[in-house]
Amino acid sequence: MSVKSAILGTATAATIALSWAMSPGPARAEGPSILVQSTTSTQNSGLYDYLLPIYRKETGVTVHVVAVGTGQALKNGKNCDGDMLVVHAKPAELKFVREGYGVDRHDLMYNDFVIVGPAPDPAGIKGMKDVGAALKKIAASHALFASRGDDSGTNKAEMRLWKATGIDPKTGSGGWYRETGSGMGATLNASVGMGAYTLTDRSTWISFKNKGDFSIDVQGDPRLFNQYGVMLINPKRCASVKAGLARQFEDWLLSKHGQEVIAAYHVDGQQLFFPNPK
Amino acid sequence: MQDFGAAFGLALHLIATGDDNLLEIVVLSLKVSFSALTLSCLIGLPLGAFLVVRPFWGRGVVVAVLNAMMGLPPVVIGLLVYLALSRAGPMGWLGLLYTPTAMIIAQTLLIAPIVAALARQVLEGLYSEYDEQFRSFGISRLRAAAALVVDGRYGLVTVALAGFGRAVAEVGAVIIVGGNIDHLTRVMTTAIALETSKGDLGMALALGIILMSIALGVNLAAGGLRSVAERQAYA
Amino acid sequence: MPERLRPLSPPAVPHAAQPKAKQAAADRPEPSPRDRARPGALRVEGLVLEAQGQRLVDIEHLALPAGGVTMVMGLNGAGKSLFLRLIHGLITPSHGWISWGEVPCGPATSATQALVFQKPVLLRRSAAANVDFVLRARGLDRATRRDRTAEMLARVGLEGRARQPARLLSGGEQQRLALARALAIRPQVLLLDEATASLDPASVLAIERIVTDTARAGTKVIFITHDIGQARRLADDVAFLHRGRLAEHRPADRFFVGPQSESALAYLEGRILL
Repeated sequence: MSVKSAILGTATAATIALSWAMSPGPARAEGPSILVQSTTSTQNSGLYDYLLPIYRKETGVTVHVVAVGTGQALKNGKNCDGDMLVVHAKPAELKFVREGYGVDRHDLMYNDFVIVGPAPDPAGIKGMKDVGAALKKIAASHALFASRGDDSGTNKAEMRLWKATGIDPKTGSGGWYRETGSGMGATLNASVGMGAYTLTDRSTWISFKNKGDFSIDVQGDPRLFNQYGVMLINPKRCASVKAGLARQFEDWLLSKHGQEVIAAYHVDGQQLFFPNPK
Repeated sequence: MQDFGAAFGLALHLIATGDDNLLEIVVLSLKVSFSALTLSCLIGLPLGAFLVVRPFWGRGVVVAVLNAMMGLPPVVIGLLVYLALSRAGPMGWLGLLYTPTAMIIAQTLLIAPIVAALARQVLEGLYSEYDEQFRSFGISRLRAAAALVVDGRYGLVTVALAGFGRAVAEVGAVIIVGGNIDHLTRVMTTAIALETSKGDLGMALALGIILMSIALGVNLAAGGLRSVAERQAYA
Repeated sequence: MPERLRPLSPPAVPHAAQPKAKQAAADRPEPSPRDRARPGALRVEGLVLEAQGQRLVDIEHLALPAGGVTMVMGLNGAGKSLFLRLIHGLITPSHGWISWGEVPCGPATSATQALVFQKPVLLRRSAAANVDFVLRARGLDRATRRDRTAEMLARVGLEGRARQPARLLSGGEQQRLALARALAIRPQVLLLDEATASLDPASVLAIERIVTDTARAGTKVIFITHDIGQARRLADDVAFLHRGRLAEHRPADRFFVGPQSESALAYLEGRILL
């Protein structure tokens, strides 16, 4: 191989590789599209895999989802990265709207949080309804508890619950209180791995496939209510927001038809999300 | 029961049935990582060769920095690229965030230093052999660098494979700048991360097995090519 | 260039009597005044190479004829290879003056010279590509390069091996290829550093023939060897180095008949003098 043929070969390879890389993506990604910054639970539960193809079929619009924690989703929204948000931390959402980052926020749907734990139930909370009392028992017995620790919607909800009990779990941080700093799925994997209680939304739990000997210990407390909200990233702040397409999707989600689609999503015979737009 | 046997079975089943989603993910993985590798070689090989043939003040520092960058966590690269490509960032107007192009950029930044640093090591040995003869013939540094890359081609294949391996296996950078968007930016590693977070460890493991098989295939192909070429041309 | 290197001009009276020289000036095969300006005429004055406090090369005066074959001999470690690299410009001396013709040793003189190493340094390409590489570095056009490459390969008897990978050639063929590549640039000076050591007799003979022909065609040849027979066959004059110093420099016929220095005498008699 001479220098010339080597250089020629390299250049050819580079051209091919680059033209390949820059070529349009898969056929399914073509056409109008919007980008939704979303909480992980809606993705991990499979809701989007079920719902988005229906929407695409009806409207021809492709919805791309970046699934991150609610905290990260809001931050990305502040950076104008995306067109709309589906998250679940109402106080933070309202603040986001108040500060002008988001518009047209609506309640979309709800489900609830549950505390799951290992079969031996070291804190003895199985069957409890009072989440505050259950958390106190966990703290008192120093049974392992895994927290998301990532400023997600679930994490925010968990911190509100702890605050109501008057216990600061962070004093047990690294001991019985373990912050994974990860998504819900990773935290559930960690919980199952260490035999730690954790707070999770019911949808993620039902669709989670690595349950081990874990089951739901605490549920049914009104304080475990988990509200999902939908909103547009403020197009006046972010010129890149496709406001028309995003509003179309939001309207669809909030419409009677959209609600029926959401309500029809079941895993293992259980409904995961309950639409409740006002 | 999620065990290795079941994961292997699932992997074989996915491959055998030619699952469309899987194919799409595999193709995108290869596309992104090969593009990043190509760019990294275009940057890293000349840089590595230049560092060998051209002594300059502070070369040791540059080499140390390159070597250190080999250990940079992908997530840090991902974060830097995210900040640059975010709509609020300096290059936000390009609209590249959450596209395969952003993933290629991140992986290029990740592996170009690896390619450069390893190429330098490979070519240094070669240059110590050629140096006197080149100087005797009055070969310019530019020409010497080019000759090193050409003559070191078999060693550089290994360098490229190391870069490819790192690119195709990393998840931290592409999940941040790509967003793991289904049918758009989902690659093998982010799909594995997603299946893991769904608790579907069997599926995650099956995808991992497929990724490993692909990496193995690429290495075997490169190795085979190399040995055939070596037999004909010697190294 | 720092002052510790060569002086900017040669000593004013180059061939004045050297009081310390053991050898009579008349006995030296030095270039005639007419030849002194030719590019093959090496002149060395006060050449010193030091490393870590040791004088590796220390040659007060040496002038080689502009043509013919000068064989450089001496024990291992006598500084022969360093001497060759110094006069070729690959190594910068600690002190001293080196010139070719009237031109100080530098890139300009180096470009008209070619050095063949004991172990041929061949590119990992075909035989023809090895020759082509140095021609292209000199900016020759494609047609010239192709013709010159074919000519040179034929000259060393490798015309049938043009497309073969250079590294797969036999040892003798590799050295012949290195020689072809060196000659391809049409050097005015050909430097060989034990270029036939560890080769088979047929290859040695082939290379010696090419070297002799090259010298006859007007190229100055400086050849380091350990092979006394080879030196006898090729030498017009012999420079004998001992421990970094020039022990003697005499025409070949007189050197082999009766060397004046004890070190050269011992060497020729097969004794080892330390």
